[in-house]
Amino acid sequence: MDVRGSLSRFAQGVGIPRLLIGLFLVFLFVVAYIQKLPMAMLLNGALVRTAMNGILVLAMVPTIQAGVGLNFGLPVGVVCGLVGALLAMEHNLRGFTGFGTALAIGIPLAAVAGLLYGQLLNRVKGQEMMVGTYVGFSVVAGMSVFWLLGPFRNPEMIWVVGGSGLRYTLTLSNHYGHVLNQALNFRLLGVLIPGGLVLFYLSFCLLMAVFLRTRVGMAMSAAGSNPAFAAASGISVDNMRLLAVVLSTVLGAVGIVVYAQSFGFLQLYVAPMFMAFPSVAAILIGGASTRRASVLNVIVGALLFHTMLATALPVTRTLMEGDISEVARIIVSNGMILYALTRGRGGN
Amino acid sequence: MRGVTKEFHGNRVLNRVNLDVRPGEIHGLVGENGAGKSTLMNILFGMPVIRETGGFQGEVFLGGQQVHVKSPFEAMSLGVGMVHQEFMLLPGFNVTENIKLNREATRPNLVSRLAGERLRTLDVPPMRADARAAIDRLGLEIDEWLPVAGMPVGHMQFVEIAREIDKTGIRLLVFDEPTAVLTESEAAQMLGALKRLTAAGVGVLLITHRLEEVLEVADRITVLRDGEVVATRAPAETSLEQLAELMVGRKVERGGLPARAREPGPEDRILQVRRLTVQMPGERVRGIDLDVYRGEILGIGGLAGHGKVGIANGIMGLYPATGEISKDGRQLTPGRPREALAAGLAFLSEDRRGVGLLLDESLELNMALTAMQVKGAFLRPNPALPALSLRDERAVRSFAERMIKELDIRCRGPEQVVRRLSGGNQQKVCVARALALEPDLLLVSEPTRGIDVGAKSLVLDLLVRLNRDLGMTIIMTSSELVELQKICDRIALVYGGRLAGILPPEAPAAEFGLTMAGKRKEAS
Repeated sequence: MDVRGSLSRFAQGVGIPRLLIGLFLVFLFVVAYIQKLPMAMLLNGALVRTAMNGILVLAMVPTIQAGVGLNFGLPVGVVCGLVGALLAMEHNLRGFTGFGTALAIGIPLAAVAGLLYGQLLNRVKGQEMMVGTYVGFSVVAGMSVFWLLGPFRNPEMIWVVGGSGLRYTLTLSNHYGHVLNQALNFRLLGVLIPGGLVLFYLSFCLLMAVFLRTRVGMAMSAAGSNPAFAAASGISVDNMRLLAVVLSTVLGAVGIVVYAQSFGFLQLYVAPMFMAFPSVAAILIGGASTRRASVLNVIVGALLFHTMLATALPVTRTLMEGDISEVARIIVSNGMILYALTRGRGGN
Repeated sequence: MRGVTKEFHGNRVLNRVNLDVRPGEIHGLVGENGAGKSTLMNILFGMPVIRETGGFQGEVFLGGQQVHVKSPFEAMSLGVGMVHQEFMLLPGFNVTENIKLNREATRPNLVSRLAGERLRTLDVPPMRADARAAIDRLGLEIDEWLPVAGMPVGHMQFVEIAREIDKTGIRLLVFDEPTAVLTESEAAQMLGALKRLTAAGVGVLLITHRLEEVLEVADRITVLRDGEVVATRAPAETSLEQLAELMVGRKVERGGLPARAREPGPEDRILQVRRLTVQMPGERVRGIDLDVYRGEILGIGGLAGHGKVGIANGIMGLYPATGEISKDGRQLTPGRPREALAAGLAFLSEDRRGVGLLLDESLELNMALTAMQVKGAFLRPNPALPALSLRDERAVRSFAERMIKELDIRCRGPEQVVRRLSGGNQQKVCVARALALEPDLLLVSEPTRGIDVGAKSLVLDLLVRLNRDLGMTIIMTSSELVELQKICDRIALVYGGRLAGILPPEAPAAEFGLTMAGKRKEAS
């Protein structure tokens, strides 16, 4: 009786979704061990994937806290980051110079785009997530035209035949691919830890956590928690929402640059289309709801979701033919979004 | 209705009420807010709330037979109809469709023969004829094919009535404040229509705040006060003054208030309001001049919907407002809460859970947040970027702990989420939030609403203490006149969005009643 009670209390504290995914992860690692897969590599892969996706997940926090909801319009920030990344590549900038330039161009672009996108969202209060999804789709489609017609001349980037328009996938290995991934690496118990990448990700998490405890950060959270209260406390709810969307869009731009350097490729055209969904799923798995999210939700969610994706692929490959991990990703991420949207208050 | 008694959670709201309406009679029912009028009507119509809260004692007779009405639908089939204060009409439908909704004349067609009654074709001509007849009975010039959207409110009201009288076998019609939204000429027309109805043998129960109306049209008037019938009179044997006194009539003991070091006087004005209008839905303010003197407790009273709640909300800038507001001689821009807060005003909203609290946040954050935003309190200084200064956890915690002790907030600690606190304790958190602003003028709206009886007097005592000990000037808005009389120095009464008069708390009951009913024009 007592055991049962404390078990159910534990389940409630951790939350059913995290419990299920945690158990699934344990199962994956057990299978990996039995199949004699290299554990050190699996763990390294999980860490890399978590950290390279983490900032995109973090981008969900400001909008949720400000009452705008999950930022399904994340591709708005992603394409801004891509423009920065492309310009750095066009000018043949390498290493950290290239990476830094990509950010230096991408961030202000994202701030402006976020401002416009935020103003749109302020006019459609109550349906931000629906509108955001389609804004994201439209921006991706619109930018596809730009990728084709943009003034890019670097032969490494444009189509070989025809000589104009960017390729689908650009290789970063000669530019600033893996700059973060190769910085400050060290071994812990035989596992290669991507020190630079993890540090970069965690420092953004820390900045966000600190920001949420500042005067403005708290005003933003209050505006999301109860707009009427915020207004009565002299907070401009619309401005706070705008600020949140700008922050989220900027984090989207930073996130894609970090993601791309780790992945080693820039993916253009329809690739950013569904960029928001894994991030949405990850933060929801971390225990956020559509109305409240914390940095802890980001860290837990990104770790669980992306570790699962990183280990599922090699493990399932040993068990059966074909790649089930893509199917698992779609089921888990969309299932998680559905779960959170229908519950409204999430697994807190 | 005989001996109707109703309790809500041990709180007796109706006590052995007897009420009878004769066929062809207009019976007026008057009483203050909370006198029990709506509860009585809910019982008559068999509203589910009544059953859910434990039913009632007493009997209801209709046409000499005892009835047990279990649902509004049943009431309707017994011939009891109601015209609501808010319109229940479909704006996109025309007059005929609204009148005949769900009681349409139909004729069979091919599909309905196969698929049943619900798919029969509407038979429009007889529907129009019925609608026309109902409108004619009211003596009205409205075309039955006009859409309802865009009609003057007066006409909508008539359509609503026409719908009720079109129901066959209607025996008793209840009107809840039918003239509240009408202009004077529309109201006169409406009352004429009532008389015509009763000539056809229908009994009418007229609920209203406008005493002169009942005196004019009613055959008998029943006054309800605190859940009891205090009198039933014919208009000829009573007067406006007497009705008003019957409606309010309570003796209030006011003793026991501590004295002040210095009594407030007109020479020291803290707030001056001129031509204030506030667009607050349901509580519109249409031009109010008001002076508030340092150190006093000013009460604002009046009947629901006449704008008393709008005044404080307008001064604080929570709803669009126009006019001049100046605090200590300094002008405030209407519609800017931040300016009002920075000028030393603080507000306890009547909508505690909606506006006053972050329900899912901790006690301490609720108390500190406004002061943090407005005054930069509870923050660690960050001169370079003041907007990004971090919150000072220790200052927040110690303030919360002090308030919990001083205001006697029953909670598990400063980190508890306020949603689970009782109404009285939530109100205290709101008070603490206001105190964190260190205001010199506190606006309090409906401070005892939704709070149990014991905690009510605690909240009032607290307000007196703030006033006497800290010298805070207080503007208290309340629907409960007794509360205002208990602690206020002056009581401003509003009627129709305007100031109807300012009375001392010890003024006779009749004067309060008359002023609230808009019968005394004076601005002192």
